[in-house]
Amino acid sequence: MRPQRPETAASARTAGSAGRTANGGQSPHVGLFVTCLVDLMRPSVGFAAVKLLEEAGCRVSVPRTQTCCGQPAYNSGDCAEAARIARQVVEAFEPFDYVVAPSGSCAGMLKRHYPALLAGGAIAPERVAAFAAKVHELTAFLVDVLGVERINARHDGRVTYHDSCSCLRELGIREQPRRLLRSIKGLELVELARPEECCGFGGLFSVKYGAISNAIVARKAADITATGAPLVLAGDLGCLLNIKGKLRREGRAVSVRHIAEVLAGMTDAPAIGEE
Amino acid sequence: MRATSQAFLENAERALGDVQLQRALENVPRGFVTKRAAARARLPEFDALRDEARAIKDHVLANLDLYLEEYERKVVEAGGHVHWAASSAEARAIIVDILNAAGARRVTKGKSMVSEEMALNEALVPQGFEVTETDLGEYLIQLRGETPSHIIAPAVHLNKEQVATDFRRHHRALPAGRPLHEPSALVAEARQVLREKFLAADAGITGANFLVAETGSAVIVTNEGNGDLTQTLARVHIVVASLEKIVPTLEDTTTILRLLARSATGQECATYTTFSCGPRRPGDVDGPEEYHVVLLDNGRSELLASDFRPILRCIRCGACMNHCPVYQAVGGHAYGWVYPGPVGAVLTPALIGIAEAAPLPEASTFCGRCEEVCPMQIPLPGLLRKWRMRAHEAQAPGTTPWQGRLALRAWGWLARHPRLYQLAARLGVGIARGFWARYGRLVGAPFTSAWTRYRDLPAPEGGTFQARWRRHQRHRQLSSAQWRHKGPGQ
Repeated sequence: MRPQRPETAASARTAGSAGRTANGGQSPHVGLFVTCLVDLMRPSVGFAAVKLLEEAGCRVSVPRTQTCCGQPAYNSGDCAEAARIARQVVEAFEPFDYVVAPSGSCAGMLKRHYPALLAGGAIAPERVAAFAAKVHELTAFLVDVLGVERINARHDGRVTYHDSCSCLRELGIREQPRRLLRSIKGLELVELARPEECCGFGGLFSVKYGAISNAIVARKAADITATGAPLVLAGDLGCLLNIKGKLRREGRAVSVRHIAEVLAGMTDAPAIGEE
Repeated sequence: MRATSQAFLENAERALGDVQLQRALENVPRGFVTKRAAARARLPEFDALRDEARAIKDHVLANLDLYLEEYERKVVEAGGHVHWAASSAEARAIIVDILNAAGARRVTKGKSMVSEEMALNEALVPQGFEVTETDLGEYLIQLRGETPSHIIAPAVHLNKEQVATDFRRHHRALPAGRPLHEPSALVAEARQVLREKFLAADAGITGANFLVAETGSAVIVTNEGNGDLTQTLARVHIVVASLEKIVPTLEDTTTILRLLARSATGQECATYTTFSCGPRRPGDVDGPEEYHVVLLDNGRSELLASDFRPILRCIRCGACMNHCPVYQAVGGHAYGWVYPGPVGAVLTPALIGIAEAAPLPEASTFCGRCEEVCPMQIPLPGLLRKWRMRAHEAQAPGTTPWQGRLALRAWGWLARHPRLYQLAARLGVGIARGFWARYGRLVGAPFTSAWTRYRDLPAPEGGTFQARWRRHQRHRQLSSAQWRHKGPGQ
C-alpha cells in the first residue's frame, strides 16, 4: 500500500512549541537520517517519520548522499572504513538545524560514537561536536526538542513496547516513546516483564553468533507473547526484524511495527513481514 | 588450564543444547539480577558510591607502584613475606617452594580466581600435595574435575541432584541410606567432610578481595566462613592476589565493600568480611605461624599502560555476567578460560593473547547492561570494541572469516558511493521481493542462511525509501504547482 501523504503542520495533531527552533522562529529544518534498514526493509517508517516531523512544524529534507551510519564496519573493528562513512554523513547533514533518525541505534552512533571515531581526522572536533549535538532519535526529538506532549491519533487495542538497548542505555530514552503512546486514544500500553533486556539482535552479532542471538530473542518473543498484546512496537528496525523473524518462525500471531507507524496513524499497510 | 576460547562458538552451541545447564542458568537472572536491583534501590547513595569507588581505584592505578611498596612494607613489618611473581609459572614455583620449605603436604584453599588463573591446583596435585577446595561451589567442581563457570558462584551450572550423585561417588563414609534431597542435607554432608580437612591442613591458601596498603591487610569476603578456617587453622597462610587488588586505606576499603556485596549477591554485606594481617604474634591464641603474600602480575603491568587500564578497576563482583544476555544464554564454560562474561571477554585476550581469544570480544550485542550495572563504571562495551579493533588490525583467527571481510569491504565501498549504493539497494530489494513472491519466504535466498537458520527473514516492504521519497516529492511539487496556478477552492 502507498503511504498516506503527509499532512501539513496545520493538521489536527497536537504539536508542542514547534516555534522553539535553532534558527530564530522559522520552522526548524530537519535532515532525516533514514537509516539503511528503513531504506531497504520498511520505507513506510521513513514516511511516518516525515509525517510526524512535518505535523510538529518542521521542514524535512532527505539528503541523497546518505547511505548508512557505518556501524557494521565500526562494530567489526574496522574504524578506518567507519570513519570514512561517518565523514560523509557529517558533511551531508551539517546544513540542517537538526538531524533526526527513526532509530536509537543509528542516532546513538552519530551522537555518541562519531566524536571518538572522527577524532584526529579531517573534520575539526568542534565541527563533529556541533554535529553530534544536533542529532536526535525521533521520539526523543518530538518530546524533548519540539515539546510534543500528545499525539492526536487513535489506535484501538493493547500494544507492548520493546526498548532498544541503544535508546535505553546509550541515549537514555525511556519515557518519551511511552508518553506519546499513552496519549493515543484507545491504545493500552502493556509493559514487558523484562523491558530492559536485549532482543539479541546486535547487528552482525545476529549472524556471527546466530545460535546465541536466537536463544536471546526466544526469551524476548516469550515475554512479548506473555503480555497478550497483538502488537509489539519498538523504535529500531533491527530489533523489530529480529523479533518478527522469531515470532513468525514460532508461528505466533503477534504483529510488529515501528512506533512511528502507530504515532503517525499509518497502520493501514500490512505490519512488518506480513502481506 | 588450556584455553578453548578460540572454540567459543562451538562451546556456546553445545551449552545451548544442554538441557540441564539451561535449567541451571535460569537461576542467574532469577537470583542475582532481582536481588541486586532490590539492594541498589535500598541505597540512595549507590551512584555516589560508584563515583567514589571509581576515583579510588583510578588513583590507585595511577600510583600503583607506591601503594604496592607501602603494602609490602606493612606486611614485612607485621612479620610476613611478600613474593613478587611476574608470571603464573613463577607464582606456582614460589608457592611450591613455600610449601616444601614448611614441610606442608595437606593444603586447604579458600576461593580464589587468581589461583584458577595461575592453574595452581594443576601444579600442586601432581607434586603430591593434597589440595582441598573449601568453598562449597569450588569443592563441588573440584570433585568433578571442572572449572568455575562463574566468578562468585563457581558451580552455578550444577543442580542438587548432580551434587548428591557426586557426594555418593566420592564420600566413602556417606551411608547409602542417608537422604540428600534437601540442600541443607548436602551442605551438612560437605561441612562434615571439609571440617576434617580444615583441622588436618598444614597450609591454607586464600585469595584477596582487597590488599590494604596502610595496614598491610588482605581482605576476603565470603558467605560460608570457609576462608576464615582456611587462613586461621593451618600453620602456613599463603595469600595469592593480583597487583590491582590494592586499595590505599581501610576507609577506601569500606567504600568499595558497600558496593561489592550489593552488586554481587544483593546482600548489604557478605556474611564474613575478614582482615588477615600477618602471622600469629606472641600472645595471640591463634593464627598461622607463617604468612606469605604472592603478588601476581601476569600481564597487568602492560594492561596498566594500555587503553585497557579501566578493566583493572574490576572488583570481581560478577554483576556484568549476571546481567549479560550472552552469559545468561550460554553460561561461563563457553568462554573457554578462567574469567567468563563481559569482564572475561576483556581480560582473557589481555592475559592469553587476542589470537587465542578473538571470538570473545565478538560475544556481545553491545547492549550496554554490563556497563550500566558495573559498580566500578568500567566501560566494558568500549573495551570490547577496542579488542575488536585490535583483532581486525591483526586479522586474528576466529574473527570475521574472509568471505565476511570481503562482503563488509564491498558494502563499505558502496556506502561511500551513494548513487551506486541506491542502485544496488533497489536491485537487492527487487530480488528479495521476487524471491518472496515466488517462494513465500526468504529461506535459501543468497546471504541469508546465517539468519534464517534460526528465524524467518521478514520480506522487505517493496521499493527503497530513497526512491519512493523522490517520487513522492515530484508528485508533491507537481500538485502544489497546480494549486498555486488554479488558486484555492477551484
